Amino acid sequence: MDKSQDSDKEALFKKEQLERARELVQMMEAGQEDKAGHLIEELGRMHESMLFQELGKLTRDLHEALNSFRLDTRLSELTHQDIPDAKERLNYVVAMTEQAAHRTLNAVEDNLPVAESLATRAGELGAEWTRFRQREMSLEEFRQVSQQLSDFLADTERDADKLRKGLSEVLMAQDFQDLTGQVIRRVMTLVQDLEDNLVGLVRVSGQRLTKPETDHRPADPRKDAGPASAGTGPAVSGTSDKGEVVSGQDDVDDLLSSLGF
Amino acid sequence: MNKNMKILIVDDFSTMRRIIKNLLRDLGYNNTSEADDGHTALPMLQNGNYDFLVTDWNMPIMPGIDLLRAVRADPRIKDLPVLMVTAEAKREQIVEAAQAGVNGYIVKPFTAETLREKIDRIFERLEQNG
Repeated sequence: MDKSQDSDKEALFKKEQLERARELVQMMEAGQEDKAGHLIEELGRMHESMLFQELGKLTRDLHEALNSFRLDTRLSELTHQDIPDAKERLNYVVAMTEQAAHRTLNAVEDNLPVAESLATRAGELGAEWTRFRQREMSLEEFRQVSQQLSDFLADTERDADKLRKGLSEVLMAQDFQDLTGQVIRRVMTLVQDLEDNLVGLVRVSGQRLTKPETDHRPADPRKDAGPASAGTGPAVSGTSDKGEVVSGQDDVDDLLSSLGF
Repeated sequence: MNKNMKILIVDDFSTMRRIIKNLLRDLGYNNTSEADDGHTALPMLQNGNYDFLVTDWNMPIMPGIDLLRAVRADPRIKDLPVLMVTAEAKREQIVEAAQAGVNGYIVKPFTAETLREKIDRIFERLEQNG
């Protein structure tokens, strides 16, 4: 559109110049020196304004080129750092979910036999107990069953505690959802950022075809946010996560006690 | 320690809230409520007579560190004991939380034993100082 507009303008400009030139010839032939002088001045001004328009367009192009260059540096930051980081973050998610699944499966595999054995033994003892209640049991047999019953109660206490621990293990294993969720959200923000930048790049490249834009958005405000006040989720090793990260709860406790806690 | 004390658990992940709630129940604390970020937690704290706050850091709208500051800035609830349970593990963040007046700091992933230990510690110290 811009190009056809430009050539239209140029054609119009030439037509006008030609008309004025013809007028000038007529005036000079008619001996109207004063009028001819004014017309010559006017012709000069027309040329000047055309020149200024061209200069304005060049300035605008330069401005756009500089802006697109700024977008380019963000894009290059995205490709050189943020995308590889995102891969590491997603690897962390895979590792954490795998670990949580194994932790849960281990607890289930360890504890299913315990529950099964409790059920089997309770069934067997239940049958003996029924025989006893129906007075079908000799004294000698009863002594045996009584011992079994006493063992069973002791074992049940022990096994129920084991089951409770197994269930707690399953409970704690679910913490992966919070930790990986935070990391995935961060990667989603990055994808959004990448999309915005690509759209920006396309817009800048296509700008010659459309009206010039002046509303370039400022750089990502999160980049300028203070020292991680908003929180960034778990630090993932092998990424550009900045700052010194503690290695575990003991490290936290040491740091806090050094601060007088 | 009062096992009936009223505890508010603040985390944007419902799974983590359930984990903490279950761990607290295991420890004998049954009087718990939940909120999913600082913005919803603050009015609950201001009007709810809570005895203890367990909060995450990284949450939408109002992160835990801002909630902590808001609690310390409100004369009605400024003495509320606050335990932070978070994946934020940078030294500068732990220092920041300490300066903002946190009573305890646990990094995720954590264990049931760590939670018990920190809660005991917080209330032991409060008793000593009070």
